[in-house]
Amino acid sequence: MHVGMTVNGVGHSYDVEPRTLLVGYVREACGLVGAKVGCDTSSCGACTVLVGGESVKSCTMLAVQADGCELTTIEGLAPNDTELHPVQQAFHEQHGLQCGYCTAGMVMAAVGFLEENPDPTDADVRIGLEGNLCRCTGYQNIVNAVLAAAGRPDEGSR
Amino acid sequence: MIPAAFDYVRVGAADEAVAQLVEHGDDAKLIAGGMSLIPLMKLRLAVPTVLVDVGRVSELSYVREDGDEIAIGALTRHRDLETNDLLARQCGVLGAVTAEVGDNQVRHRGTIGGSVAHGDPASDLPAVLLALDATFVATGPAGRREIAAGSFFEGFLETALAPDELLTEIRVPRTGANGFSYQKFNRRAQDWAIVGALAVHAGGTTRVALVNMGTTPLRAAGVEEAVAGGAGAAEAAARAAEGTEPSSDLNADSSYREHLARVLVRRALEDAGA
Repeated sequence: MHVGMTVNGVGHSYDVEPRTLLVGYVREACGLVGAKVGCDTSSCGACTVLVGGESVKSCTMLAVQADGCELTTIEGLAPNDTELHPVQQAFHEQHGLQCGYCTAGMVMAAVGFLEENPDPTDADVRIGLEGNLCRCTGYQNIVNAVLAAAGRPDEGSR
Repeated sequence: MIPAAFDYVRVGAADEAVAQLVEHGDDAKLIAGGMSLIPLMKLRLAVPTVLVDVGRVSELSYVREDGDEIAIGALTRHRDLETNDLLARQCGVLGAVTAEVGDNQVRHRGTIGGSVAHGDPASDLPAVLLALDATFVATGPAGRREIAAGSFFEGFLETALAPDELLTEIRVPRTGANGFSYQKFNRRAQDWAIVGALAVHAGGTTRVALVNMGTTPLRAAGVEEAVAGGAGAAEAAARAAEGTEPSSDLNADSSYREHLARVLVRRALEDAGA
């Protein structure tokens, strides 16, 4: 069936099966491979994208459920080829990644979280990112990065 | 993991959904947010041949005062409940427990009606609604009927909803902003409760409900009786596992779950100010 959506400001429309998962649509039909299939069971959050500005796990949503919606993926965050989004920049500066596999999901979850909680505490960030797992256990710098992006670097602990 | 193939129908109103259920019978399954159903379909534990998407039935997304009760549309998302001011003031326990469901991403998609209709004893919301003696409104081909929470959860993933009925509304009493405590025990923050215990003061009594202590959400009747008879939290909580038949799994065997129930009920009673 025909499923169309706006991804990072660009219109996409493809003929897909109803059972196509959103992460499959984004990765295979749109060719945007930033969102990862990690656990494939809605536990790890590596597949997190924004639908209508809200974070969702794209491995646990059908593409057809997002028909007509506005999506943002990690590829759509940076304003241009030389600048990063403030959350990406903060992950870079605070070394908020180790192997990098969870990073696209972490950044997207953080962007969605900060939209809803622009002035978070350290505890708020930890609860806000509970749906994202880092198997390198690099959480400390990830939390610091989110707090730095929120303009509250003093909240972070080292 | 990819679900088995199915035909997809999106409906825009409750009566359209019922018509689809009547037409397709047991082959059809309703999907709202899909937070419970899609994982089951990916594991092929659920293989509906027709998926009826009610996720955009906006007429069933609301929280409003209705007489002595608060009426909640079945398709109200968890995120909209946890941030709802009316619910925070008038039935704070439901908003607070909703904030414990899954994680942000799950709460952006999942709905209260989906959680109730799924009937998972490990879910948070069925237990709180059981404690509140909530009323569930189902709409089917013959019209609307009301089902008391106490007779709704019939078994593991089994409810009193007929195959051609759609859960349309959940009604809860006004319990105020405070006077409750939910103790959820799990290993990872986002996980289902290994055991959960809720204590809430409502209608002049203390109600206690248990999560994941059997095939359905349960009221801890022995604890409630003890509290009503004047027992303190520790004495009452000693009866928390009475009448329960918790399962054993990789996380906990049944005797450990019984121990958790006693500890968590005591904490909930103390924290709720029994």
